[in-house]
Amino acid sequence: MPNIVVLVKQVPDTYSERRLAEADHTLDRESADAVLDEINERAVEEALLIKEAQGGEVTVLSVGPERATEAIRKALSMGADRAVHVSDPALHGSCLLQTTRVLAAAIGKVDGVDLVIAGNEATDGRGGAIPAMLAEVLGFPQLTHARKVAIDGTTITVTRETDTGLTHLSATLPAVVSVGEKINEPRYPSFKGIMAAKKKPVETYTVADLGIDAAEVGLAAASTTVLEATPKPPRSAGQRVEDSGDGGGKIAEYLIGQKLI
Amino acid sequence: MSEVLVLVDEIDGEVKKVTFELLTAAREIGEPAAVVVAAPGTAAKVKESLAAYGAAKVYVAESDDVANYLVTPKVDVLANLVGAKSPAAVLIPATAEGKEIAGRLAVRTGSGLLIEAIGVESSGGDVVGVQSIFGGAFTVKAKSTRGTPVVTVRPGGVEAVQAQGAAAEETVEVPAVDAAKATTVTGREPVVGGDRPELTEASIVVSGGRGVGSAEKFEVVEKLADALGAAVGASRAAVDSGYYPAQFQVGQTGKTVSPQLYVALGISGAIQHRAGMQTSKTIVAVNKDAEAPIFEIADFGVVGDLFAVAPRLTDEVAKRKG
Ligand SMILES: Cc1cc2nc3c(=O)[nH]c(=O)nc-3n(C[C@H](O)[C@H](O)[C@H](O)COP(=O)(O)OP(=O)(O)OC[C@H]3O[C@@H](n4cnc5c(N)ncnc54)[C@H](O)[C@@H]3O)c2cc1C
Ligand SMILES: Cc1cc2nc3c(=O)[nH]c(=O)nc-3n(C[C@H](O)[C@H](O)[C@H](O)COP(=O)(O)OP(=O)(O)OC[C@H]3O[C@@H](n4cnc5c(N)ncnc54)[C@H](O)[C@@H]3O)c2cc1C
Repeated sequence: MPNIVVLVKQVPDTYSERRLAEADHTLDRESADAVLDEINERAVEEALLIKEAQGGEVTVLSVGPERATEAIRKALSMGADRAVHVSDPALHGSCLLQTTRVLAAAIGKVDGVDLVIAGNEATDGRGGAIPAMLAEVLGFPQLTHARKVAIDGTTITVTRETDTGLTHLSATLPAVVSVGEKINEPRYPSFKGIMAAKKKPVETYTVADLGIDAAEVGLAAASTTVLEATPKPPRSAGQRVEDSGDGGGKIAEYLIGQKLI
Repeated sequence: MSEVLVLVDEIDGEVKKVTFELLTAAREIGEPAAVVVAAPGTAAKVKESLAAYGAAKVYVAESDDVANYLVTPKVDVLANLVGAKSPAAVLIPATAEGKEIAGRLAVRTGSGLLIEAIGVESSGGDVVGVQSIFGGAFTVKAKSTRGTPVVTVRPGGVEAVQAQGAAAEETVEVPAVDAAKATTVTGREPVVGGDRPELTEASIVVSGGRGVGSAEKFEVVEKLADALGAAVGASRAAVDSGYYPAQFQVGQTGKTVSPQLYVALGISGAIQHRAGMQTSKTIVAVNKDAEAPIFEIADFGVVGDLFAVAPRLTDEVAKRKG
């Protein structure tokens, strides 16, 4: 009966315009609607499928501002059992190393973790590195970019899918898994699920609760620092013609004019 | 000049173009030292091409373990080299595997990690990474504040330029694997690349969207691509509808491409698609809906039926090439 922790992140909705704050070059979280990252819905779904087949418990973990509670509620209404939310103003502007350290400490608050399931890449940061970094810190094997996950006792096998093709992986639990886009179709929360989620326990921690000095996280102590950020001028529309039988020829003329063919 | 480690990306002894881009970038900030972590016999096959792009040194770490375990053997080798050689930076391709190697290396060496750079610069003794974020909406310059900067560089982000290097070989060890923490690779099914250029490497990309209508009709897109010597891309709607395989998806959850020319056929131009292609030098769009948002960013747009326009364009291109 695997004890599973699913990592979920609240991200700016990709349909809205995403910006950086002018003052400190961090993500401007006010300017965009926030949603549970789509890939993390698939991570939750995979955890629920494992639980339905083998039992166990599913804890969702999110490190992020107050608003991340919406993402946590969504995961709980899909069917996760409980949640851990690390929320602390000191975390603002944290780098990948700091985020990894906080996630690892929070995972440490959950007893006897067998499996950590994350998304392969967040749509905002796009680091694609947190799952591997966590495996490094926790000393667990990493089975990342999963298209298929199977657990048999303490053996976990994963089909990894990346641009280079499929790789078949095997390791021993406890382990870190990250899921890819094609692993499953996440369920919609049912009305019953939404109601039940309201009563599920959510533990909230500050970084101090995790035994981390607040001065060691956040922008001022980050391992990377942004020196300058320049918005790109938006592209503007060029020529547009109606096709009246010669549209293909007109493109060819244009490409020749631009020395592209 | 201090060394800059470049992790070599290769498949069966064939060096990937991104490696040459990284060697070119490394020359901006120091002396490139290529690191080959691969199966025995690989270095002999790749050495010449590494020299042609300016590798002053080649560290050779060869072992069968590299293929048998996921990610960690490469991290182990790089971590030892960082300790022994105190390089100015480590450059790693921003591929799925490269991002993971870089992340673990940053943890292991307590270093700052700069992700998805499209270039590196040296400024006041610091290594600065240039990043293009939110699909090119912002250009950011960032530096690491501790350790040896670990930088992942986006394929296609830097233009590869040849330069002769000595490629002096030095053998280094692949440390023994800690089986309890490692992931065993039990099999591989590599994708077999066709004759077309790779999506992120191509200088021309022709993409089809839902407007193409079926897998069979994607032939129209492929024919134009082949006439232009281009790679084929697809929107997520086209991929989700089963018209084209997922590895060709362009956009926020697919590939980021920045070719000289991007041709969008039957693609509406949703913000998530634009995030993957709007830094292309020239954009041409064909769409039957004059209101399609793709026209807002197209340098040249044709309002019309792609099945009429694209074949005609294919013929014109073929005629021109003779
Ligand atoms: C535009 C942009 C650029 C950035 N560039 C850098 C940089 O160059 N260097 C650097 O060190 N930092 C950088 N950051 C900060 C970095 O993104 C954050 O530290 C972030 O919290 C984690 O990285 P990611 O989103 O890239 O994670 P990824 O590795 O892409 O995330 C993979 C998975 O890890 C889990 N996960 C990630 N973050 C959380 C979380 N907070 N809570 C719960 N689960 C989580 C999720 O399951 C997610 O699907 C950048 C952030 C932004 C917005
Ligand atoms: C989190 C998230 C991530 C996403 N990531 C991506 C991504 O990586 N890549 C991506 O592409 N999308 C992505 N999307 C989806 C995106 O929002 C759009 O749904 C998608 O790009 C639409 O694809 P399309 O333009 O092919 O289809 P549609 O929007 O359906 O457009 C089809 C177009 O074809 C035109 N057309 C139809 N027939 C013809 C004809 N005969 N001749 C000419 N024109 C014709 C129509 O006028 C229309 O404009 C993502 C969405 C979300 C929520």
